[in-house]
Amino acid sequence: MKFTTGLSGALALSAVALVATAAEELPACENCADEMTIVSWGGAYSNSQLQAYHKPYSEATGVDIVNDESSAEAVAKLRAMNEANNVTWDVVDVVAADAMRLCDEGLAMEIDADEQLEPAPDGTPASEDFGELMVSDCFVPQIVYSTTFGYRTDVEAWGGKTPEDICAVFDTATFPGKRALEKRPINNVEWALLCDGVAKEDVYDVLGTDEGVTQALAKLDTIKDDVIWWSAGAETPQLLADGEAVIGSTYNGRLFSVIEEQKQPVAMLWDAQVFDLDGWIIPEGLSEERRNRALHYLRFATDTQRLADQSQYISYGPARASSAPLVGKHAELGIDMAPHMPTDPANASNTFLYNYEWWADNRDDLDAKFQSWLSQ
Amino acid sequence: MSASTTPVSPNTVSRSDSTPLTQDGQPLKRSLAKALRREKLRALMLISPLLIFIIVSFVLPIGDMLFRSVENNIVRDTLPGTVRALSDWDPTVDELPDESVYAALADDLMLAQEVKIHTRLGSRLNYDQPGISSVFRKSGRAIKRLDNEAAMAALVALEPAWNTPQAWATLRDMKAWPAQFPATAQSYRNWMAWLKSEEGDDVDPTQLVPHGFTYAALVHDLQKMPAAKIESFVTSTNTDAAALFTNLAGNIADLPNDDFKAQFAKIDKGWVQADNWQAIKRLSPSITDSYFLASIDTERTAEGITQKPENERIYLRLFVRTIFLSMVITCSCILLGYPVAYLLANLSVRASNMVLILVLLPFWTSLLVRTSAWKVLLQQQGVINDLLVWARVIDEAGRLVMINNMTGTIIAMTHILLPFMILPLYSVMKTIAPSYMRAAKSMGASDSLAFWRVYFPNTVPGIGAGSILVFILSIGYYITPELVGGTSGVFISNRIAYHISSSLNWGLAAALGSILLLLVLALYWTYDRIVGIDNVKLG
Repeated sequence: MKFTTGLSGALALSAVALVATAAEELPACENCADEMTIVSWGGAYSNSQLQAYHKPYSEATGVDIVNDESSAEAVAKLRAMNEANNVTWDVVDVVAADAMRLCDEGLAMEIDADEQLEPAPDGTPASEDFGELMVSDCFVPQIVYSTTFGYRTDVEAWGGKTPEDICAVFDTATFPGKRALEKRPINNVEWALLCDGVAKEDVYDVLGTDEGVTQALAKLDTIKDDVIWWSAGAETPQLLADGEAVIGSTYNGRLFSVIEEQKQPVAMLWDAQVFDLDGWIIPEGLSEERRNRALHYLRFATDTQRLADQSQYISYGPARASSAPLVGKHAELGIDMAPHMPTDPANASNTFLYNYEWWADNRDDLDAKFQSWLSQ
Repeated sequence: MSASTTPVSPNTVSRSDSTPLTQDGQPLKRSLAKALRREKLRALMLISPLLIFIIVSFVLPIGDMLFRSVENNIVRDTLPGTVRALSDWDPTVDELPDESVYAALADDLMLAQEVKIHTRLGSRLNYDQPGISSVFRKSGRAIKRLDNEAAMAALVALEPAWNTPQAWATLRDMKAWPAQFPATAQSYRNWMAWLKSEEGDDVDPTQLVPHGFTYAALVHDLQKMPAAKIESFVTSTNTDAAALFTNLAGNIADLPNDDFKAQFAKIDKGWVQADNWQAIKRLSPSITDSYFLASIDTERTAEGITQKPENERIYLRLFVRTIFLSMVITCSCILLGYPVAYLLANLSVRASNMVLILVLLPFWTSLLVRTSAWKVLLQQQGVINDLLVWARVIDEAGRLVMINNMTGTIIAMTHILLPFMILPLYSVMKTIAPSYMRAAKSMGASDSLAFWRVYFPNTVPGIGAGSILVFILSIGYYITPELVGGTSGVFISNRIAYHISSSLNWGLAAALGSILLLLVLALYWTYDRIVGIDNVKLG
């Protein structure tokens, strides 16, 4: 999965600001429902989708879009709906790992990218335009985000030093203070191994052994007393703003908002950021009219221009290679968005590639070990 | 706690030997029973809306959810042929199953991937056997590329009639063919289902020959039969069948198979690891204890049921902690709630209404707001620490850690559950006549003696009711521990929530939930034995 190169190269080009033009070229939807429910994460992220996708789509088609902010429980709810034979959602925004799970469980329908999605403006088929980001047959990627660290810039105990790399998190002597880490093994065990001398390419091989897991947890043990564990992405920005934590991991868009929009004394640490994907799935078991509507929406919302439009509202990278050159300025702050993208070459000099397949296999097992370790 | 309304048994009019009759000539006994039955029916009809509501919205869903803790049909339903073929295989011997199992697996997977249920089975098995989900995911993609023509080609070379739909019609018409050719019959069913899913209803399977997997199954069935049995087909009066088998007899041992084992080994090496097969075999019954074993930190291994390795144990610890913390919370609710309830019961009506509003105010505030407010108060850079530092009780480095740990959970949950203690206490105290205390004092008791010997025993039913409410509510609490509990203050319900919404391991969640329910019932029973449930008053 080396999607960074294409995206970041393109992002480095000067950005062209484009206003979302109402899609006059949008083909009519035949035999389609005229109302749909779209599920997403809420907050600034849902707002970016509302501005970039929902509004122009409603204007062009007159379809009523109902927003549901249930993405965090999407997998469980979709399974319950499927068992009850009453699927009330039409398009659902989920992270890639959840999309894989939904596809595995037969809860999401397979989407043929080249047939059902718009090609790039230069005619490149969608499957190539998304490239390696199509990690599941049921998943249409939308954004690239990264889990990375932010730190406070005014910590007196640090004596003027600033964290340069990821291992600062584990260095409580030089950088004392509380750390905020997510309450799950994913990402944390990888970072722990990286800072315990394991080479990047060996991380998952090492984690595959019992000794490797022990090694990772032992490394985390060294900072266990200094960690505040978070479970919602909004917690770290809050902890940093309050001074309750001095360094913490979260999604890069959340940090962007605390740094640029709220002007808090916080800075980004882009080292060893872990890329992840967020995108759309369509639930299995929709009626034909609703499925047609969902596919029609999806074709519109994942075209090159629309994906680029979203980045005016939030600092996540569009998932299409062809969208990258179109990334413009923030809609309200007026600052260039390209340098805030996780895929910008300056930010992506050292990234870590998350292994979906490995985690799909080992998530339950490692989570049990991690939680057992946490509760000791 | 609830009053039942059983009708008073009727007095019979006469006890003489002759059966008493009513005016319409019916025996009195029967007539009375009839009237009573009508009465009961009417009562039942009156409560039936509530009863139906409770059954539909409470008993059935919870029963269904709890049943998931043992239900395990997925293996049997997804891999019927494989499960059947595995019945001959001994998992304790460290050997792989034989080729017929792999042939059945290929056949089952062909259908499973067509209807897209193979990955679902993979994720189910992955709960017990980490790593197996990708084995299924990969195999689903590769299954269509398997070579499955060898058995078919060999059979047809020996007897060309096998390449005709009539041959299969003959086979289907043979007496008890599913019993005589178990693998073939299973495979034939799979093939028909596959064909229907692939081609729709327009295709008539009786006009076609099945795919290669079914021929492979037939070869395996034939090779497992004693020679005498095949001979009996040849010499049978069923001439159609005899014709099919005449040329096969004697050559059966030499028939090739497609070597699915080698092909599966190429798809994923997981298929040639005995532990994966042991997991499939272990989980093939439709009722399983694996979820319950997992929820008490045990697992079934070759040596029987053993404890999980030290670094994977978690649930027992969480159960103990949940009960312990719930008891601490209940006790702190009693300590804090008792004086407040006393105040409420003894103030003037005006003042006590004011206090009552203060008690109820938290009820009207969102749970999340209350919990977050505690975060603001208790965190290290929070209000309380700031005040303490300002007052020089502690210094900057010595800021107290009062949240994201057990303390945080106890404080926040005591606050949230306090009204559930105060209200029953208040309603009980309200009914204690002030004259009792006056009487005690007039008899020479000191204030404290009068309180402990007269007042307090009268409030015990209120303490009982409040404790049961608070304890049962807190044992299942989830959102507050999640937000303020850090790692040392989380409850078992947080793991249940995780398995419901995140890992999708609903079976384990159901098992944990069942155990929690049993624990509550057991505690309730103990309480009844010690204190007596009649000694509980809500008002």
